[in-house]
Amino acid sequence: MTTSALTAAIAVAAVLVAAPIAAAQAYTIYTSNEKDNTISVIDGTTLEVTATIPVGQRPRGITLSTDNKLLYICTSDDNHIEVLDLEKNSVVRILPSGPDPELFALHPDGRHLYIANENDNMVSVVDVQAGKLLAEIPVGVEPEGMGLNPDGSILVNTSETTNMAHFIDTKTHEIVANVVVGSRPRVARFTPDGRHVWVSAEIGGDVAVIDSDTREIVHTIEFAIQGIKPEAIQPVGIEMTADGKQAFVALGPANRVAVIDMATYEVTRYVLVGQRVWNVALAPDGKRLFTTNGVSNDVTVIDVDRMRAIKSVPVGRMPWGVVVRP
Amino acid sequence: MRYPGRNPGSVRRRTVGALALALALVAGAPAVTAAATATAPGGKEPARIPVVFLRDDEPPVIPLSLLDPVIEDPGVQGARLAVADNQTTGRFMGQSFELVEVTLPEGDPAEAVRALAGEGHRFFVADLRADRLLAVADLPELRDALVFNARATDDRLRNADCRANVLHTAPSRAMLADALAQYLMYKRWTNWFLVQGRGDDDALYAEALRRAAKRFGAKIVDEKTWAFAAGSRRSDSGHTTEQAEIPAFTQGAAHDVVVVADEGEAFGEYIAYRTFRPQVVAGTHGLVPTAWARVHEQWGATQFQDRFEKLAGRIMAPRDYGAWMAVRSIGEAATRARSADPAAIAAYIRDPRFTLAAFKGVGVTIRPWDGQYRQPVLLAGPRILVSVSPQPGFLHEHSELDTLGHDRPESGCRLPGR
Repeated sequence: MTTSALTAAIAVAAVLVAAPIAAAQAYTIYTSNEKDNTISVIDGTTLEVTATIPVGQRPRGITLSTDNKLLYICTSDDNHIEVLDLEKNSVVRILPSGPDPELFALHPDGRHLYIANENDNMVSVVDVQAGKLLAEIPVGVEPEGMGLNPDGSILVNTSETTNMAHFIDTKTHEIVANVVVGSRPRVARFTPDGRHVWVSAEIGGDVAVIDSDTREIVHTIEFAIQGIKPEAIQPVGIEMTADGKQAFVALGPANRVAVIDMATYEVTRYVLVGQRVWNVALAPDGKRLFTTNGVSNDVTVIDVDRMRAIKSVPVGRMPWGVVVRP
Repeated sequence: MRYPGRNPGSVRRRTVGALALALALVAGAPAVTAAATATAPGGKEPARIPVVFLRDDEPPVIPLSLLDPVIEDPGVQGARLAVADNQTTGRFMGQSFELVEVTLPEGDPAEAVRALAGEGHRFFVADLRADRLLAVADLPELRDALVFNARATDDRLRNADCRANVLHTAPSRAMLADALAQYLMYKRWTNWFLVQGRGDDDALYAEALRRAAKRFGAKIVDEKTWAFAAGSRRSDSGHTTEQAEIPAFTQGAAHDVVVVADEGEAFGEYIAYRTFRPQVVAGTHGLVPTAWARVHEQWGATQFQDRFEKLAGRIMAPRDYGAWMAVRSIGEAATRARSADPAAIAAYIRDPRFTLAAFKGVGVTIRPWDGQYRQPVLLAGPRILVSVSPQPGFLHEHSELDTLGHDRPESGCRLPGR
């Protein structure tokens, strides 16, 4: 190797090392800890827990307000939504939710929150500004997953015992289609272009890709991991890169996150994470993926370029939901 | 589960036609467009799917503990909940489920059941004891029907007395005993003192415990039969009697655990805290292996328990859970096969790939060799869930769930084509 080549190599290496720091955007990770009734706050740069905030009973689904100043929390056993002020790190408001809120989706208007009432076979619509329950939409048994398409016109709700994805018109609150999916559907997630919605089935062990227009299943993604019994493969959380190229699916007690090429639907990799991985969220720059592991009580940090776990961050007991705040 | 693109070659010939039809329908997976009303798509009347629930007029079991409810309506409440669950799906599918609740007459049930078959009924959920179940299942009119055993845990029904038209949602005694044995072995509590009651069912439960001990390497170091009469659950100063009786009764060779076989609720509750040595009590009392218990709230069971209690006004018991699984299986198959035709529904359930989500963390499937539902077994303490079997480390080449009960090679069930 010539000196100049060596210098160039060092320069490249220096750039590579420096790049993540230079490009690093400050961000914060929040997890809901179902068993501890807390929210853990993790600094995205140091990957250390900086605060543990007490909230109501059995916090599960969490989502950020559109201005990223508030965190909405489904405190299921308190039968309401708590609003956490992320500057003060304290609960500043209580919203109605209908009984046993588990998961929800916030409309792009930042105002309408669609809540799955797991114990009541309903989807509740709440105006977060007025703090009012606007409507209740009857759906299947044990509503769970909630996904809104990018313009917020269509909501997809899954019902765990009915095994359906219900397509709901957000203007009329009418169910416009029902698609039978795998057993115990958990999460519904629209692709960034809005053309498809992915639905994970925990007991069915697969992910259905449903066409948003025809409302037909166009593909079913299946998983197989050497040395893992099929029944341990229980897909739950789904995350997608903003460019719509790559998806990540948490596989529950298989302790893996599947990495999927969204063009071919091929699973390109299984990344080993903590135990009973349920939900996943990407950093704003897409370089890191965070998983909540309910049995090992930690968050796995995955380096997305290298596709491997680089750190486990201990949080509260039974971490459930995870969001990343830019 | 949609049985996608897999070769149905292992499926028996009779079911292939129906299954192929189901596959074709499901493969296209057309969206069912329907408003959230009870009417079928296109305004048609929903297709009716009736299910018969069979029970006998029996006095309720009176538990020894005053905290345990006396259940006057066992089983049927689980069936009713499943119908309600099915109905919620059905209103989106244009299917309507209906429970026909029948109390069988004393004596021969043949005439009553024949009449039901004559009305076209093909699905029967039986909350019956073993002999009554067989009397029903053996009627020629029910040869093409599906009879769900939602109650009887008798191992003979999965072996010599198995029937082609019977599926068992209730776990067998062998499954329960194996589930307990795995946990006791995991704890290395290997020496057992077996105490059994005087009833026939107690003897069968004890036999399952002996089999489990042998299978998993535990040792029954001593055995005794409870000889006193059952007695009343209430008696003034009764505890003094038990405090005197039990220590003497539980003296014997050194052991780690007292395993109790008292299905008749005669004495089992009295053993704990009164044993001669400071001992753990397990079996029908103490740490109980069971299909269902109120202490279980994992894997979505919270909502399921709540739904049941709202409907029934009491907690869910194993017989309710067995009946729920049976009726939900019919609903699940009707949804996935997109059919109300009993033959199509039965074919879907009988396919080895049939899976039901039943709040046990993994899907529940059916053993093709004896019709037994494979399921995790709860290990319930009196106030909290202790564990769920199969235990880690008990491995199996196909399914760890098959480490519980009679596995294919040891099955005494001989049915043509299985």
